[in-house]
Amino acid sequence: MDEKQYIDLAYIAASILFIFGIKMLGRAETARKGNLLSAAGMLLAMVATLFYKEVVDFPLILAGVAIGTAVGWVWAVKVKMTGMPELVALFNGFGGLASLLVGWAEFEFGKSPDAVTRVAIYAAVLIGAVTFTGSFVAYLKLAGKMSGRPTFFPGQKAVNAVLFVTLLVLGAIYAAQGPAWALYLIIALSLALGVLGVLPIGGGDMPVVIAFLNSFSGLAGAAAGFVILNKVLIVAGCLVGASGIILTIIMCKAMNRTFGNVLFGGFGAAGGSAGGTIEGEMKAVSAEDAYYVLEAAQSVVFVPGYGMAVAQAQHVVKELGSLLERNGAEVRYAIHPVAGRMPGHMNVLLAEADVPYEQLCEMDSVNPTMGQVDVAIIIGANDVVNPAASDDPGSPIYGMPIIKAHEARTVFALKRGKGTGFSGLENALFFRENCRMLYGDAKETIAGLVGQFKG
Amino acid sequence: METLVLLLFVFILAAFLGFELIQKVPSQLHTPLMSGTNAISGITVVGAILACGVADGAFGKWLGFAAIVLATVNIVGGYVVTDRMLGMFKKKGK
Repeated sequence: MDEKQYIDLAYIAASILFIFGIKMLGRAETARKGNLLSAAGMLLAMVATLFYKEVVDFPLILAGVAIGTAVGWVWAVKVKMTGMPELVALFNGFGGLASLLVGWAEFEFGKSPDAVTRVAIYAAVLIGAVTFTGSFVAYLKLAGKMSGRPTFFPGQKAVNAVLFVTLLVLGAIYAAQGPAWALYLIIALSLALGVLGVLPIGGGDMPVVIAFLNSFSGLAGAAAGFVILNKVLIVAGCLVGASGIILTIIMCKAMNRTFGNVLFGGFGAAGGSAGGTIEGEMKAVSAEDAYYVLEAAQSVVFVPGYGMAVAQAQHVVKELGSLLERNGAEVRYAIHPVAGRMPGHMNVLLAEADVPYEQLCEMDSVNPTMGQVDVAIIIGANDVVNPAASDDPGSPIYGMPIIKAHEARTVFALKRGKGTGFSGLENALFFRENCRMLYGDAKETIAGLVGQFKG
Repeated sequence: METLVLLLFVFILAAFLGFELIQKVPSQLHTPLMSGTNAISGITVVGAILACGVADGAFGKWLGFAAIVLATVNIVGGYVVTDRMLGMFKKKGK
């Protein structure tokens, strides 16, 4: 056996570690160990690659790894949990850009690639570039460095369509003859496509976009694997691609929308034009009155949304939850699959605040019991508890599964002001007879309630 | 051509395996799952090492170097944030 076969054996071992790692990530008890296994697989794959005869410039490689490790480590350790969505988006973009560069480098070596390799280079460069700029725009939106609202300009769809077709034509030209100008143009246009593709997607749709871009970064890696005929790249990249697609589908289902609608819909730009008018009025309540109701409650459900992340209220929420428990109430946290800005966003924040994960309930398990709940506390969530989704066929969000907070005996809704949610819709829940509004910053409001309990 | 078909074979099997592995993950674990697989997508570092490590290659070599840095940020950052998040998921009474 020459060195290549030993390397392949190491790659097989790495692939097995990735597979077990991903499998173990799917269960709370084993997830942390699974992550370590997959990291071990990565280390193994990297070390094995150093044994190729062609690889000789170790100082440069080590320098690159050292820089990357330092930067990645510092960012990962420093980030606050509320900043997690944008950091994940940023890392994802880096992975995409790396795949783009690998494809490009292979072209620059000019080993006159055959048509098949050129198709692979095209795929790696295209997918990598879209992943990079798409993730970067998502990062800017999530970090609040640009508006989270969908951004439109006249003729946007036409521009995107032309861009897309041009990329297909250029791909065909490059695959057939391999001229350098075609590849450079492909890189430039793909970068533009990533920007233009994510611009019209609003903040509330970010869980879908992040999951999708995650899938794309994997596929870019797999495409790079076809360029250099490397099996571990193909296996690992494809595993990531497939898992990302599953998450994307789950997120879309949770919003009752097709993927195409998320990508091209520009949801939330229209601003509450459709939907029936809502009768009644929003009724405010003081923290003191809310306290008396909570004090008597036997069963309380918190429904957190993006507003809790913005107000960084997770720790006081947990404190209130503990006080309610000590007071004899059953406390649960009902989490909608697309609450927040990335898949599972609310779970991470509540876990940070030490909420045991047995209390974190999925929508489907909490909904049948909603009728027996004394108080539902909505913390900065809006569309995911809007009853119009189930009883108003005229509503744009009609058909979207919601947490049925309106079925609880009393609903307290914490909200900064009277504005609408991400979809731009008025929330019928807030006008219901059993709903009371607690206006103000969620963190301060909850802290006020905690004060009432203690005082 | 034969290699290509073999690689396609590997690709398809890996895709099905990926779908199977993720099917029944509770929504609570979606974020760590995403950032964990995100770290795995940094596997492209293998291609970057191959491009950067060659004896000569001028521009392509430096593209490889940049790719190593970026992919390693993705890998290390991804694994570390995932570990941090998972460390916070606790059972009651622990």
